[in-house]
This record gives sequence, C-alpha cells and structure tokens, in this order.
Amino acid sequence: MAAATAMRFGQLSSGSDMAPDWTTKEVSTGTTIMAVEYDGGVVIGADSRTTTGAYIANRVTDKLTPIHDRIFCCRSGSAADTQAIADVVTYQLGFHSIELDEAPLVQTAANLFKASCYRYREELMAGIIVAGWDKRRGGQVYTVPVGGMLVRQPVSVGGSGSTYIYGYMDSNYKPNMTKDQCLRLVSGALSLAMERDGSSGGVVRLAAISETGVDRQVILGNQLPKWSTTGYIPYCLSKGLEIYPTV
Amino acid sequence: MALSNVVETPASGFNFENVSRNVALEGLLEGGHTKAPKPMKTGTTIAGVVCKDGVVLGADTRATSGEVVADKMCAKIHYISPNMYCCGAGTAADTEKTTDLLSSNLTIFSMNSGRNPRVVMAVNILQDMLFRYRGQIGASLILGGVDCTGNHLYTVGPYGSIDKVPYLAMGSGDLAALGILEDRFKPNMELEEAKELVRDAIHSGIMSDLGSGNNIDICVITKQGVDYIRPYQESEYKDKRQRRYKYRPGTTSILTEKIVPLELEVVQETVQRMDTA
Repeated sequence: MAAATAMRFGQLSSGSDMAPDWTTKEVSTGTTIMAVEYDGGVVIGADSRTTTGAYIANRVTDKLTPIHDRIFCCRSGSAADTQAIADVVTYQLGFHSIELDEAPLVQTAANLFKASCYRYREELMAGIIVAGWDKRRGGQVYTVPVGGMLVRQPVSVGGSGSTYIYGYMDSNYKPNMTKDQCLRLVSGALSLAMERDGSSGGVVRLAAISETGVDRQVILGNQLPKWSTTGYIPYCLSKGLEIYPTV
Repeated sequence: MALSNVVETPASGFNFENVSRNVALEGLLEGGHTKAPKPMKTGTTIAGVVCKDGVVLGADTRATSGEVVADKMCAKIHYISPNMYCCGAGTAADTEKTTDLLSSNLTIFSMNSGRNPRVVMAVNILQDMLFRYRGQIGASLILGGVDCTGNHLYTVGPYGSIDKVPYLAMGSGDLAALGILEDRFKPNMELEEAKELVRDAIHSGIMSDLGSGNNIDICVITKQGVDYIRPYQESEYKDKRQRRYKYRPGTTSILTEKIVPLELEVVQETVQRMDTA
C-alpha cells in the first residue's frame, strides 16, 4: 500500500521543467570491481566513474572503502546505498572487534554485509565484494551480489563492466599466483572493462592487502595497459607512430 | 503540567497522507483547465573550489517556479556554522529547511562540546537524513568549510551519496560551469584567482542555462573568517522598478475635506485599582 502511494508520488513530482534528467536520476556507481586472492593476501581494484544517468558526477571516485585495518570492500550499485551499508558495517565490525579485543575475521565482515543486504533486499541496490587478510585464513575474497547472497571465491568481478571480462578472468587466472601477477591481472582486466563499458572509466585504483599492511596505488588513464584491438595501438600502426610500452 | 489537548506523537517515517489529497486536487484542477502550481525549484548554478587559504563558494540568484522567475535575488548560499556554508540546488523549500536543520543541530553540538563543528560531521548528518528519506527530499548540496583538519568541499546528493572533491558545480547550469572549472582549476590556487574562477564558472552557467540568472553571490571561507559578498556582481539587465510602493503624504492632492464627529455617550464607568508595589 505504501509502495503504491510512493510510486504515484514519484509520478507527480516528475514533470516537464527546465532541469535535465541527471538532476532526478539517482547517482549510481555503474562500475567494474575485482578482487583476487594470493598466498599472503588479496589484491583489489576498481574503476573511478560515478554516473547520474548519462552525466559523470565524479570521475575520480574511490570505490575501495576500508572497513577495518585489513578488510576492504569494493562498492557497486547505488552510491547512496553502498555508502550507507559500508558505514553501518564499519560501525558494527569496529564494535565487534573491540568486544573481542582482536582483529576481526574477513568472514565476519562479509556476513555483516550479507545480513544488511539480504534483510533490506527490496529497498537496496548494492553489489559488494568484501576482501581482506586475517590471521586464521589469510587472504580471502567474498562476494555479496544484489539480493544478498554470500559466497567465497578465489577471484571475483562485479559491477556493470564485469560481464565483459569474465572470459579474460577465466582464462588468465591461475591458482597460486604472486602478488605482482595478481596486480597485472587486475589492472589488465579493469582496463579492458573500462574500454568496453560506458559506465566504467577514469583511473584504476588498486590495493594490495596483506599481513604487513595496505599498499594503495592509482594507475592514470595514460598509464593503463594497452591492447591491440582497442584505442591507441591501431591508431599508431595506421600512422606509423611509435607505440608506447605495454604491459 | 496539564495540557488542554492531547498531542499525538508523530509516527516515524515519511508521511504520504497528502499524496491522495494532491491527486484529488490535480483531478479537480485539470477539469477546470487550470494547472496546479509547480513547487519552486532553484534551477541553478552553484560551484565551489578549494584553494590554498580556504574554500570559495559561488551561486547565481534566480529562483524559478515553472517558467516564471519567482525570486530575482534568492540567497542560495546558506549559513551552517561560523566556519561552514552550504550552497543548495533542487527544490528551494527542501534546501532551506535541510540546511536550517543542520545549522541548528551543529549549534547545539558546539554549545554542548565547546568545539567548532567539523565539516565531516555536517556531511555525515546530511547524509544520514537524506538517505533516510530515500530521495524524497530534493536537495543537492555543496558543503564547504574550514576546520582544524583543513579546507574541505563535499557534495551531498538527494539520495544520500557523498563525494569529496577539490572543485565542483551543481544545478541545472552545472555542465557549463564545470567546463570552466575543468579548464582552469589548479591545486593550491591563490584566493583572488579562485574567486575569479568561481565567478567565471557561475557566469558561464548564467549565460548558457535558462534556469540560472540575475546576480552572482560569492562566499569566501578562510581560517580568519567568512566574507559573504552578496552580490559579488550584479546583472547587466537591471530594471528600474521601485519595489517600494509607499508614497509620501501629499502625492495625491486633497480636493475637499469633510469631518463628521461621532457622537458617543458614556454608559458605564468602572475604576479598577491596580496593586503597585
């Protein structure tokens, strides 16, 4: 009943006026996010584009949000919903960690995300990847997609751009990779997704989480890995120009 | 303390009771070939820039209601606290009330704790409130301020999402203003350069967007204090209307004067003594 009146309210307030549609559309992180486990930690990565309709509201967004010292989450879906959920879980996990007087488990953080996402699944639009390091099980990646499922995976991609890189991920991921191999896998996959998905773009933000700490880096647009079918290289070949070094 | 009537505690959540009333009213008005009045929106250009010494906020001053300019000298830069100001775009009533509420909350906080409020606190309060109302409050806000941790500029969307950025434009004229900002913004600019940049950004919004116009307001927030320049620049298209319609006595000449005294009869006279200490 409340939902029906709410829908009618929406119809009333949207009229023809001078404001363009991106003032009325919700801000969404149409996105590509990715996380990979390696022996000793995890590597997580995300693009940096936030859109409202067809307008890019923020081209340097940070979608890798710290939940605890060694636990991060990658956010995709509605910006408002994911920020709110991340704030709630940060509080709950911090409280839990103080009660226990030890560092929380990644599995605990993932379950807290699942609890919020599943309970309010009708109202929320949030796809989250939880990744981090703890003493008991080392590096772990858990994915909590829209709807509130929870599953642990060695490598996971999410967001609107993820559909374009399932093939790349499946064929290039091998178990027991090193940290540098994981960083190259993630940056390569993200740059491919950003090339093909309109809602993903900007810079690539990476973070490597291990026992010793969190190592964050940013790969700017002109430093991204380059591929032969897209963008720069076919242009260079056609003009006989020098090709900048690739990954 | 006895109350003359029992006050009902308001139910939590958003109250949609007026929705059915509005639908019925719309139906009646449509039949009579008249349209319901549109809520006043500030079709707007607002911008903010973080510079070396502080934060510069700018806004135009036009408020529209449908296709009519409802207010030519609307104040879109709202006071939050001595070290924070907030520009609002969207529905005028929503932005004003939301910023008023925020300002009251922060005043109470600073009285309670004896500290100046921080910009992150204001942002968190705004985000909580707007997320709770799930986008029904149509307020897009640019919050800028200086506190002990530095100079900050945040944007809060109507659904409750926040972004922390060094420069920003919002409102219907945001694309035009953002073009100027993207071209000329540099980190750690001098104050005068930042003021000129914000003025140019708002000017570009006024020129290219129908919903923005009239004058430009600038608000400069630094560690030393706030300089709210209203207007920073007036529109070239000023009209000569007076806006004061009170004329001095004698403007209209008096031709005849007739005085008729009213006849009063004293019916009853009572004297009541007042106790004076």
